[in-house]
Amino acid sequence: MSTSLSIKDLQVSIDDKLILKGLNLEVKPGEVHAIMGPNGSGKSTTAYALAGHPAYEVEGGEVWMDGVNLLELSPDERAQMGLFLCFQYPTAIPGISMANFLRTSYNAVKGEEGEDGKKKPIPIAEFRKKLLEKMDLLKMDKSFARRYLNEGFSGGEKKRAEILQMTLLEPKVAILDETDSGLDIDALRIVSEGVNSMLSSERAFIVITHYQRILDYIKPDYVHIMYDGQIILSGGPELALRLEEEGYDNIVKSITQNGNGGN
Amino acid sequence: MAATVDVNLDDYKYGFSVPENYAFKAEKGLSERIVKQISEMKNEPGWMTDFRLRGYKHFLERPMPQWGGQGMLNTINFDDIYYYIKPVGADKAFESWDDVPEDIKNTFDRLGIPEAEQKFLAGVGAQYESEVIYHSIIKDLESKGVIFLDMDASLREHPEIVKEYFGTVIPPEDNKFAALNTSVWSGGSFIYVPPGVHIDLPLQAYFRINAQNMGQFERTLIIVDEGAYVHYVEGCTAPTYSTDSLHSAVVEIIVKENGRCRYSTIQNWSHNVYNLVTKRAQAYKNATMEWVDGNLGSKLTMKYPAVWLMEDGAHGEVLSIAFAGKGQVQDAGGKIVHAAPNTSSVITSKSISKGGGRTTYRGLIKVAPNATNSKSNVLCDALILDDQSASDTFPYIEIENNNVSIGHEASVSKVSEEQLFYLMSRGIEEDTASNMIVSGFIEPIVKELPMEYALEMNRLIEMEMEGSVG
Repeated sequence: MSTSLSIKDLQVSIDDKLILKGLNLEVKPGEVHAIMGPNGSGKSTTAYALAGHPAYEVEGGEVWMDGVNLLELSPDERAQMGLFLCFQYPTAIPGISMANFLRTSYNAVKGEEGEDGKKKPIPIAEFRKKLLEKMDLLKMDKSFARRYLNEGFSGGEKKRAEILQMTLLEPKVAILDETDSGLDIDALRIVSEGVNSMLSSERAFIVITHYQRILDYIKPDYVHIMYDGQIILSGGPELALRLEEEGYDNIVKSITQNGNGGN
Repeated sequence: MAATVDVNLDDYKYGFSVPENYAFKAEKGLSERIVKQISEMKNEPGWMTDFRLRGYKHFLERPMPQWGGQGMLNTINFDDIYYYIKPVGADKAFESWDDVPEDIKNTFDRLGIPEAEQKFLAGVGAQYESEVIYHSIIKDLESKGVIFLDMDASLREHPEIVKEYFGTVIPPEDNKFAALNTSVWSGGSFIYVPPGVHIDLPLQAYFRINAQNMGQFERTLIIVDEGAYVHYVEGCTAPTYSTDSLHSAVVEIIVKENGRCRYSTIQNWSHNVYNLVTKRAQAYKNATMEWVDGNLGSKLTMKYPAVWLMEDGAHGEVLSIAFAGKGQVQDAGGKIVHAAPNTSSVITSKSISKGGGRTTYRGLIKVAPNATNSKSNVLCDALILDDQSASDTFPYIEIENNNVSIGHEASVSKVSEEQLFYLMSRGIEEDTASNMIVSGFIEPIVKELPMEYALEMNRLIEMEMEGSVG
């Protein structure tokens, strides 16, 4: 079977400080990977670096997707390839309506190329119908589409808006960066249902989370524990439960004392 | 507004010109003889000739203002400008599009006027050079007693109203450029809305400068009688020439008791035009005056639409957008004079500078001693797109009454890396993403424009933005 995403020895720094110190991960279509780890272990850095944030300097390594090294592409090109980052803290942009933004994004990612090589935009009525369907699924009010992008959104609304974008763009690889943070239990259920409705044999998920809670709703096939810029332990869903019981400190201690990873 | 734009900024969209074809073109430069000649050509009454000469005298006496404009005013060569040009066939305004000469029609075709008219326009007065050559008014407006004419025609057909109000809001001695306009004015619009008449669709006019080194000095006078309403929309476009042109208009507006007037402008002069305009309105008891002012293009724009709140309960608003690119200075803002109690005002200014452009917000809030219980709020935001560009704020506030409420907020920001990254992470290309952020920034003002002007505004901003962020 082919790989969705292949991360090889990825090293990334911010402001000249090395954060990722050789990350390796293979993700295949249909798989759900959870990346867990204590604060400062490099989880969010992994998400931003994969999406191509300019402040994250790639010092070494490769990230392959569909035979292309992602690291050579701009953020918009990565998105067009089918990579999606569900932000922990989505940025507000005043004056741009959700509807306008979503359609622009949809056309950029999903627009079919015409004979002139330019992407053909989806007819507005067709897009509207699609958008309303997806919003319904996430229990979002219609008026949402008229609001400005992320402006004045509550924590839950922001996360729902992120999931809404994911369901519209239908990515091949979706990275969820602490999507559970700041969500109450109802919002968490709705967001998780949105994610679960997207599970498919062609799509891969990387769920980044600090807590095990979201994994009650989104069942991972693999769980990886990240520490000091590397994955130090990988396992099945049971690893998340063990983590919940023993805590990061104990697990990290037991591994680093055995010399299995970290430096 | 994510349509891809394939017009380069350097390729100024309206930068075409048609061969000049004129019935009369005065010699270059300004003199008493030329001022008299213009008045004579137009068969004006003696009082208007005298008015012009009064303006000319003051223009000569008044020193060039030395504030604002980054010293660019001193580079204008007044002897190198044609002050009056009359195109062939411009002896009268045309009632029907079919009567308009072909070359002029081509110009308007390229500006997209007829289509616009079909869709939304209640009446079009399009100014080609110095004469208004095409004019149509919906019949029911006429039957309600609304007058919408070019200024020259109104002087012929309604001399008594023109004489009563002309120059009362902005006298010839107001400033150097108002004086210049008074002496050589030609064209512009005259609107009179009778008491209680509410004009639902905006009245619109397009102005256009075609000849090289042509000054354009239109004069607009709007009188909104008691309880009446009008929204007037003006757009300006000039072709590109290598030498400099001067545009110096005067707009006077009187809004009587309970009346309301909105005046919207989108100016998109080519990048060698000096755009020096005096706009002022007087609002009487419980009247409302709103200026919506978009300034793109030009080499130097200095423009501060003003509202004088003359009587109790009057309200004034100024919404201003300015975009300054390479080599451009946009010195814009608004002025409000609270001259009566219980008056209120809002100034909202948004400016964008890029590629070395410079924007200045310059505004005045003046509260007279008797203007008790007045309120004013000023909000000016500047967006700077790169390190070469700059923005200044000069908010003048003169308050002579203690019982007032005045607010002022100013912000300067750069397009943030986080916003760009967020949009790009959704597959949107960098240029489009920048355009979206800028569109969002000016959205509060654009949404106040009639739809087709809002679309044009966004399109113009996209063109100005093209390739600007790399």
